[in-house]
Amino acid sequence: MTNGWTDVANADVVLVMGGNPAENHPVGFRFVMEAKRVRKAKLVTIDPRFNRTAAVSDIYVPIRAGTDIAFLGGLIHYAITHDLYQHEYVKLHTNASFLIREGFSFEDGFFSGWDENKKAYDKSSWNYELDAAGYAKVDPAMEHPRSVFQLMKHHYSRYTPEMVASICGCSAADFEKAAAIICSTGKPDRQGTVLYALGWTQHSHSVQLIHTAAMLQLMLGNIGMPGGGVNAQRGHSNIQGATDMGAWNMLPGYLRLPRANQQTLADYLKETTPKALRPDSMNYWSNTPKFVVSLLKAYYGDKATKQNNFGYDFLPKLGETDNYSWGYLFDHMYAGQIEGMISFGMNPVANGPNTPKMLAALSKLKWLIVAECFETETASFWKARELAEKYYSTALDSSGINTEVFLLPAACFAEKDGAFVNSSRWAQWKNVAVEPPGQAWRDQDIIARLFLKIRELYEKEGGKAPEPLLNMAWNWQNPASPSLSEVSREINGRDAAGKQLASFAALADDGSTACGNWVYTGSFTEAGNMMARRGQEDPTGLGLFPNWAWNWPANRRILYNRASADAAGKPWDASRAPLRWNGTNWTGDVADYKADAAPGDFGAFIMLPEGVAKLYASDFVEGPFPEHYEPVESPVENILHPKVSSNPLAKIFRTDRDPIGSAAEFPYVGTTYRLTEHFHYWTKNIAGTSELQPHFFVEVPEALAKTKNIRSGDMVRVRSARGAVEGRAMVTKRMRGLQVSGKTVYQIGLPIHWGFIGRVTGPLVNNLSPSVVDPNSGTPEYKGFLVNIEKI
Amino acid sequence: MIEAFIKAISATPGKPAGVSRRTDTVAKMIDTTTCIGCKACEVACQEWNNQQVTFGNFEGTYQTMPDLAHNFWNLIKFNETESEIGTPLWLMSKYQCMHCVDPGCLKACPAPGAIVQYTNGIVDFNHDACIGCGYCMTGCPFDVPKMNPATNKVHKCTLCTDRVSVGLEPACIKACPTNCLSFGTREDLIRKAEDRVGTLQSDGFPNAGIYNPPGVGGTHVVYVLAHADQPEAYGLPKDPHIPWTVALWKGPLKWIGNVLLIGGILGTFFHYVRYGPQRDE
Repeated sequence: MTNGWTDVANADVVLVMGGNPAENHPVGFRFVMEAKRVRKAKLVTIDPRFNRTAAVSDIYVPIRAGTDIAFLGGLIHYAITHDLYQHEYVKLHTNASFLIREGFSFEDGFFSGWDENKKAYDKSSWNYELDAAGYAKVDPAMEHPRSVFQLMKHHYSRYTPEMVASICGCSAADFEKAAAIICSTGKPDRQGTVLYALGWTQHSHSVQLIHTAAMLQLMLGNIGMPGGGVNAQRGHSNIQGATDMGAWNMLPGYLRLPRANQQTLADYLKETTPKALRPDSMNYWSNTPKFVVSLLKAYYGDKATKQNNFGYDFLPKLGETDNYSWGYLFDHMYAGQIEGMISFGMNPVANGPNTPKMLAALSKLKWLIVAECFETETASFWKARELAEKYYSTALDSSGINTEVFLLPAACFAEKDGAFVNSSRWAQWKNVAVEPPGQAWRDQDIIARLFLKIRELYEKEGGKAPEPLLNMAWNWQNPASPSLSEVSREINGRDAAGKQLASFAALADDGSTACGNWVYTGSFTEAGNMMARRGQEDPTGLGLFPNWAWNWPANRRILYNRASADAAGKPWDASRAPLRWNGTNWTGDVADYKADAAPGDFGAFIMLPEGVAKLYASDFVEGPFPEHYEPVESPVENILHPKVSSNPLAKIFRTDRDPIGSAAEFPYVGTTYRLTEHFHYWTKNIAGTSELQPHFFVEVPEALAKTKNIRSGDMVRVRSARGAVEGRAMVTKRMRGLQVSGKTVYQIGLPIHWGFIGRVTGPLVNNLSPSVVDPNSGTPEYKGFLVNIEKI
Repeated sequence: MIEAFIKAISATPGKPAGVSRRTDTVAKMIDTTTCIGCKACEVACQEWNNQQVTFGNFEGTYQTMPDLAHNFWNLIKFNETESEIGTPLWLMSKYQCMHCVDPGCLKACPAPGAIVQYTNGIVDFNHDACIGCGYCMTGCPFDVPKMNPATNKVHKCTLCTDRVSVGLEPACIKACPTNCLSFGTREDLIRKAEDRVGTLQSDGFPNAGIYNPPGVGGTHVVYVLAHADQPEAYGLPKDPHIPWTVALWKGPLKWIGNVLLIGGILGTFFHYVRYGPQRDE
């Protein structure tokens, strides 16, 4: 979240789209209800299903899964044509005035620079027009035909209410009703928030979708404002923390993992440290060398010296085109390229798309280690056929498997301390509630013992590239069981004298500081564990609660808060000002700016080389402006450009286990989701929650059910090109046929929580979903794929 | 301790002794307009009351089970319907014992002391005294009490009288994430409900209102409904009354019964006086 849960209570309009907070974030949803009750905020829900959130909304508009960009693009168009955007904000805080090079275009579904052979873009025509000093040229009036504003206006001129209606399947009148409310927040004294979740991130165009939401919020002047922002509701207690600590291509703190062409630290830093694109850009990422060197010092300790580039050579490097994100990883595994896997807190057989391929991939492994507090479908994938037979007409094939599987009993969350980082970016420390039962170990104990044993083997027997392990600093009081306080202190970072750092501003690139994740500096200082704080003071009255736990970065509660004020530092909305400039300092929230820099010294978006927010962003692979592309499996052609129907850069895997279905054979749109009664694939092991929703079911629109002679409670089979699931039908008025380009499209709802192990069991719905992923994030397209349904 | 606060006891004539001076009555307010059907109250109720878990059949809705059960005292009803203009409505409302001011269950109960009404308004069952006749089930206009066939005892929500008597709020209230549930004195909550209704009416719900049915003397569970003109859409009876059979059985019939009983005793006495004790032939 750019803002936080408590801040949602400051909103005048709450747009819920691509999420269902009443269902999946009921505790956070209290702040939506507070906004409604206290501020009389309007709640607008846009979703394929009339869901629990819609049930308490002021306005609900149905939408076909996978058409959100069309809807949001329509809102941008509406804001421009009805002159509802915040002119001053857009001019001051976005790149609307920046000029783009000559040669940029968008025609028939392609941006300029498309290379049909490489199936990729040459992005050079997307760049800014630069002046002699290397800064982007601007037209403050935003009237130049090549200014971002004019290009954007032109790009979305196609997204009329009628066009939105015929793509999304809603009525133009409903769209306009919602648009009028959402765009009413374009005034400086009205704020609107956007709450989204996996209904946005799980598409083959999901990153661009969220980009569109950011553009809309920037146009309406809602970024940096209390009650505003673009707010991702995270679906696991600590998934935000997991993201912050790295990924397949990221080191902790959003530092890129080196690639094979970056053989020296200097090469790496040169390529990853951005240059300012405007004279007043603070360009905070210019400090990248300090973050990287401090991280290397945390990894390798005394072994990281200036002479050896602080151990940069020890870091593994990715091949230039390597990709190990989810879809690729299991594709490599299916191709037999991966020998073994260690799975912690993760149940890929249930979580991942295309279960039949997943089972086949795991069976190619020599060994699999699963550390879990329950037996999972992954740990028992080898008996899927026997266990799951009753839920699939074609049983999953996992016979003839030679994989050696180790299931290590692990402690659950209440049996270990440490911090959870929630959607609001709050790192909240927790204590151990009970000791792990039986032989269960805490994760850190399992990892530490694995590390010590593997290092011992490398020391004794040697092997390929042992340096990363042999040089790793491992200075825990008990090397076999590091305490999470010790680990947190290392993440926070310390100076040469061993003192805990208070701020990442103190990090250096000369090896004098060590820091496990610069984003978390300040979380565990000389004053103690800031994450364990429970102060309930609220000095601004805006619900920022600065002394409650610790908020990354720098305990800042609202990101981009400098944008809440105009050029002179005067708040846009005096009643909701997170920051005030008193002539020498910014007071209120922790400024997302230099605390004592005058309002005009820097652009408000200090992390970006532009110094302003990007309406136009050439960072993504499929274009600088988001464009509506159909899901890879879609019941209709893209009416904007039928020849380029889906995202030309969507990654579609092409093995024998990756069939793509056609609308002729699979005419309905399937979409997956969670229920409030369950948490993912865990709570089917718990009696109390299973009692509330014991049975897998399929939500079927009433009109469709009628034509198929399906009544509530009947057994149905839902098939996709990948596989089938069987369960009871829930015939409902809450899902309806949508009119899409003159055709009625029905959607089928598929809750995810069952599997073949647990107190209650059922089919894995990912037996249906495709291994198609977003090209930027690698997230699979679970929302919107083709299925058919029949009564059995 | 609790006996000191008793207001009424089943099948026991006269005023109970030791009536407290305390006059505050407690209540729950359920603002259905902010209920999201998350079932946190269901889980809290099950856990606090240490209920045995059962996995029901699939009934084609999000509702946990079709009706309350002897081991399930707090149920959110999910009612799927449509507005006049054909847009979907999904009305969710928590269902449990209403703790009537004039409780039909207590009126119907023939077992002395099996049902008590405390001065704070809570109506509770005493299972040691329950004889399993099921009359309370007939007497309840809300169809709340449920029989456990294994033990032949009837169960329902206690309004967490164990928690309330030590100054805590009921478990369901504590668990509610959206503040759609509140707990306090009945007077305060009715005022709060009136305020909320005023807001709803000015927000485009002209039929918003309070559900506090007079047919049972009012209830200690009051609802705020956006569509108070049609409580049935929320699964609530429109105008609940204690069934006439119970009213009869505890009203005129009781006196006829008493007359018959006393007549029988008198008859026996006079028969003895007239004919003396029975002798073996």
